[in-house]
Amino acid sequence: MKTIAEIPKEEYVKKCTSACAGCSSSLNLRYVTKAAGPDTVLIVPACCTSVIQGIYPHTAMNIPVYNIAFGAAAACASGMSNAFRQSGKKTNVIVYAGDGGTLDIGLQSMSGAFERGTDFLFICYDNEAYGNTGMQRSGGTPMGAHTTTTPTGKTEAKKDIDAIIVAHDPPYMATACSAYPLDLFKKVQKALTFRGPTFIHILSPCPPGWRYPTEKTIEIGKLAVKSGMWVLYEREYGKLTITAPSKAAMRNPIPLEDYLNPQGRFKGIDAKTVEILKQRIQKNLQRLAAEEAAP
Amino acid sequence: MKKIATGNKAVAEAVKQAKPEVVAVYPITPQTEIVETIADYVTSGQLASRFIPVESEHSAMAACIGASITGVRTFTATSSHGLLYMHEMTNWAAGARLPIVMANVNRAIGPGWNIWAEHTDALQERDTGWLQVYVATVQEAYDATLMAFRIAEHNDVLLPVMINLDGFSLSHNMQPLDTVEPGDFIPPCHLPHAIDPKNPTSYGGLTGPNDHFRFRWDIERSMRDSVKVIEETQKEFAKRFGRSYGFTENYRCDDADVILIAMGTFGKEAEVAIDLLRKEGINAGSMRIRWFRPFPKLDLAGKEVVVIDRDYSFGSGGILAQEIVAQTKRDVYSVIAGLGGQEVTYDDLADFVRKRRIGEEFWFGVTGNV
Repeated sequence: MKTIAEIPKEEYVKKCTSACAGCSSSLNLRYVTKAAGPDTVLIVPACCTSVIQGIYPHTAMNIPVYNIAFGAAAACASGMSNAFRQSGKKTNVIVYAGDGGTLDIGLQSMSGAFERGTDFLFICYDNEAYGNTGMQRSGGTPMGAHTTTTPTGKTEAKKDIDAIIVAHDPPYMATACSAYPLDLFKKVQKALTFRGPTFIHILSPCPPGWRYPTEKTIEIGKLAVKSGMWVLYEREYGKLTITAPSKAAMRNPIPLEDYLNPQGRFKGIDAKTVEILKQRIQKNLQRLAAEEAAP
Repeated sequence: MKKIATGNKAVAEAVKQAKPEVVAVYPITPQTEIVETIADYVTSGQLASRFIPVESEHSAMAACIGASITGVRTFTATSSHGLLYMHEMTNWAAGARLPIVMANVNRAIGPGWNIWAEHTDALQERDTGWLQVYVATVQEAYDATLMAFRIAEHNDVLLPVMINLDGFSLSHNMQPLDTVEPGDFIPPCHLPHAIDPKNPTSYGGLTGPNDHFRFRWDIERSMRDSVKVIEETQKEFAKRFGRSYGFTENYRCDDADVILIAMGTFGKEAEVAIDLLRKEGINAGSMRIRWFRPFPKLDLAGKEVVVIDRDYSFGSGGILAQEIVAQTKRDVYSVIAGLGGQEVTYDDLADFVRKRRIGEEFWFGVTGNV
């Protein structure tokens, strides 16, 4: 598959979601469900998607969605996956959780499900704050970003959840970004070919939370990748492959300010914090390049 | 088949015969023997279940929820802090109308760490929508577990069931156990709202006040409907296997002037106390509350009532006593005894009757104004 035109036409997310204008998560949902197909159950802990899917008795989703408590998604998936497999069913079990339900309150149950080798795909769509409750800081919020609980900018770094996932040695894990839907589609399809726990971490720009105009949602995602602030890659049985747009960015990154300045959440960020962010980006890119080059 | 078993082993034996497709459990004293025994059944091929050794009780209940909504039979077991840790998910299980069966080995709550019997753990779950039965013998632990699956999965109920057995005094004590061949006593599990990708729907999404209200009422309606299902199940059990159970177990109550009410092992031990009191010329009887949810209709007309609570609601009173006072609109002698495994002999139980002061509360073993 080379172009977005080849992605299946079937829609599993109908045009009646309750998403905010410019929401990148509803784009993710479309491509994730298109890649997974109809024999799929989505498990959704408390997050924006609890709302996006619609209000009872209506739903925008045309595959089964099981909503579950905030910290419990991966454990719920453990039970569901085991029950399906015990009944001889191959139904895909996909957790679709925000950064809070992954990096913070969902971390323990996710770690447990990965350690037990649960046959499921865990997708974290990361808008780098608690969006559903009005943008409070999460473990996923980057340093310098303003949220309602870090009104002068977060002083701590973003938690490296990918490293935590790697420590569980899953057969497949990848990063993605809503601005690259074809890449996301292919990674979801690939993840679902593995048996055991797989993970995809999607950077999901959020217009009201990150404070940029709604029509810029794709552009902001691309700037995140082009600046190296977000790196697209996949790890298959531990072997790292950096995805094309990030390879290009590693050779010739755009200035970080091009990514930070259009976003209201970074307004007034001090030069020292920008410098720390730049150093972290550089260190991360060097680390990934070295890992990919290693025999 | 006649054998000797602990309360924990009896529960595990019944689970093996009920053949749940998924068991998700986390160890905790004094429940651990249930986890270990089921793990052994599964690994030795005696039970063809998926055994999920979860990393917490919160996840145990979440895994049971995820499994149950696909339409399969599920079981878990816990105790004390484990039960409290899964509290969010026990609410979810009932609200999602999932017939999960759980054994809870009643144990005190810390701090400080105390591993012995108390009912406060399960009674903190009383408003979750779970059916709760309290057993008093190894045989009853086994029988109640078999019946729990049939009751929970009955389509007029579809609510989870918790079997409660006292930590150590029942979970670890060996008593005779007569096992049965359940046959079709537990019909195949049929969940009408099971997940079906061919008929996609959303479960538990955002729900407005009017619908939420209706769903809450549906839980209560099924809780009320469960009364006849419990009666039918216990009747059918007696018919097939010869052992009878009711909502309460009454001992020498008919001609009694004073009734001693308790749950769990105290409720059984009370029968010894009653015989003692009768010899002394005190016309006493005992009533063991088996089903706490749904709470049974009690006929206590013309009797004095002594209630033993192995639990407490701080700032209010003994929880069982409150239930009885609220339902029967009468004063009782409320005794708080046995907390954290405190030793209470049958003579102590008899003493509560001998020295009853109707309308008062008495903390056994607490002397003076400490």
